[in-house]
Amino acid sequence: MPTHAAELVFDEATKQYPGRPEAAVDRLSLTVPAGEICVLVGPSGGGKTTALKLVNRLIALSDGDIRIDGSSILEHDLTELRRSIGYVIQQVGLFPHMTVEANVATVPRLLGWSRQRIRERVAELLDLVGLDHAADGRRYPAQLSGGQRQRVGLARALAANPPLMLMDEPFGALDPIVRGRLQDEFLRLQGELRKTVVFVTHDIDEAIRIGDRIAILRQGGRLAQYDTPERILREPADDFVAQFVGADRALKALALRTLGELELAPPDDGGSAAALPAETTLRDALAFLVAEHADRVGVVDGDGRALGVATREQLLGDPGSTASPAGGGGGSAGAGAGST
Amino acid sequence: MIPLLGAGPVIPNFGEGSSCERTNGWFCGSWLSGHWGDTLQPALLQHVELSLVAVAIGFAIAALLAVAGFRRRLVDAPVGAFADFLYTIPSLALFQLLVPFTGLTETTVEIALVSYTLLILYRNMVEGLRAVPAEVLESARGMGLTRVQTFVRVELPLAAPAVVAGLRIATVSTISIATVAAFVIPKGLGYPIFIAINQNLFKTEILAAGGLAVALALAADALLSLLQRALTPWSRA
Repeated sequence: MPTHAAELVFDEATKQYPGRPEAAVDRLSLTVPAGEICVLVGPSGGGKTTALKLVNRLIALSDGDIRIDGSSILEHDLTELRRSIGYVIQQVGLFPHMTVEANVATVPRLLGWSRQRIRERVAELLDLVGLDHAADGRRYPAQLSGGQRQRVGLARALAANPPLMLMDEPFGALDPIVRGRLQDEFLRLQGELRKTVVFVTHDIDEAIRIGDRIAILRQGGRLAQYDTPERILREPADDFVAQFVGADRALKALALRTLGELELAPPDDGGSAAALPAETTLRDALAFLVAEHADRVGVVDGDGRALGVATREQLLGDPGSTASPAGGGGGSAGAGAGST
Repeated sequence: MIPLLGAGPVIPNFGEGSSCERTNGWFCGSWLSGHWGDTLQPALLQHVELSLVAVAIGFAIAALLAVAGFRRRLVDAPVGAFADFLYTIPSLALFQLLVPFTGLTETTVEIALVSYTLLILYRNMVEGLRAVPAEVLESARGMGLTRVQTFVRVELPLAAPAVVAGLRIATVSTISIATVAAFVIPKGLGYPIFIAINQNLFKTEILAAGGLAVALALAADALLSLLQRALTPWSRA
């Protein structure tokens, strides 16, 4: 099935509940380019879920506009609009009285697809999200684990191949191990599907891991910063953003790069026995050096062949971090860690 | 009941049946085989009919009220209170209260029986519809199900266990209350009991008819519990 993604534009989008002094979402303007993941993140009360629900009109706009591929959401028929947007929520909300297959088939059925086409699509989707459609398809939601349920939720949202996905803390209720696995698989899926995704979370680490761009919302639904994860970490727009991303933002920035991206020194023979795979993040590599009381570590490719050597100075002296105020933080964190 | 009893014969007369019947033994098999065809079987069938009609009408009325009331407090509060009120009227009194209006007719009996089903059926339907989890409704809305589609495809099937649970209670209690209908019309399993009481407490007939009423209630309950299982394969997951 050919996939296509839509550009999403918030244009001064505002939600004001009557009788409340503060807006829930205040003149939010941002553009999510087609095929990118925009993470809405912020403290509770920041209006991130409200902003998300404005898009499929589960909450009505008070003012401003939201456009999908240039056309206003207000011009669409409400049910057609919703059927054309994938929607995933934290509690999943699977229909408990329907099998996994029937749940995934919900929107295609509403759209009147043929039985044959629905059956093929459901099987394809369950495979895509890592479920066994022969075994799991006939089961009921109560028979699944939390992680499996959210996989079904994701498959259901993708069923009619929507150009836009809204995801409201989809992994928020899962334990850290399952959450990490689903995040990875979601990114792998997104690599194939290239949907436009709006993803709400309150977890800045998840935002950094998932997002192509991050929109940080502050109390009263105002946009504090909208930028790539790198720039949010290295150049927070103000104290609020700096505080929200955390004092360890320099370390978090290290997590955005891998050993393979460094200019490695040539492999040395027998110098360092320990070696890490090239896809290890700089943050994990630094943690490894600290734990091993080492100054350098070998880097190997997927087949275990030596690619070179990374030094502690290289990890800390990553030009991206020294060029910004965050570099000082990174340096001191490294020094502190080195003395333990 | 007292004047009716007083109207009976003073000297015990248990007819010319077997010795068991003449001495009013606890349970006479001979009477049972002799009167199944002319007394018990017709009474049983009438009883089934009285109960079935009452539960069916009650179900239809309760369903309409529940659909109107489960989202609207303004409807639910007065409907609930009225159903409560009907339920509190003693059945014997309600039958007697209705006689001046609808006479000694089946209508009188059905009105009373239906009244007693309403509370149980209505409350169970409303609770079942309201118990549908909020996240399930939100995902239904988010996927573009209309109000009607959400009701038919999601809320109704999810409310089914509670609805059938109410149906079971209403059916069993209707079968039980329907014996009192004999005070108004000569029908149902209450009628042979009524006759036997007037014939100096003829024990076999009372036990046979009463036992049939109990058996009918149990059978109906078992049947509905099968229906409940059939409707909700997912709840055994």
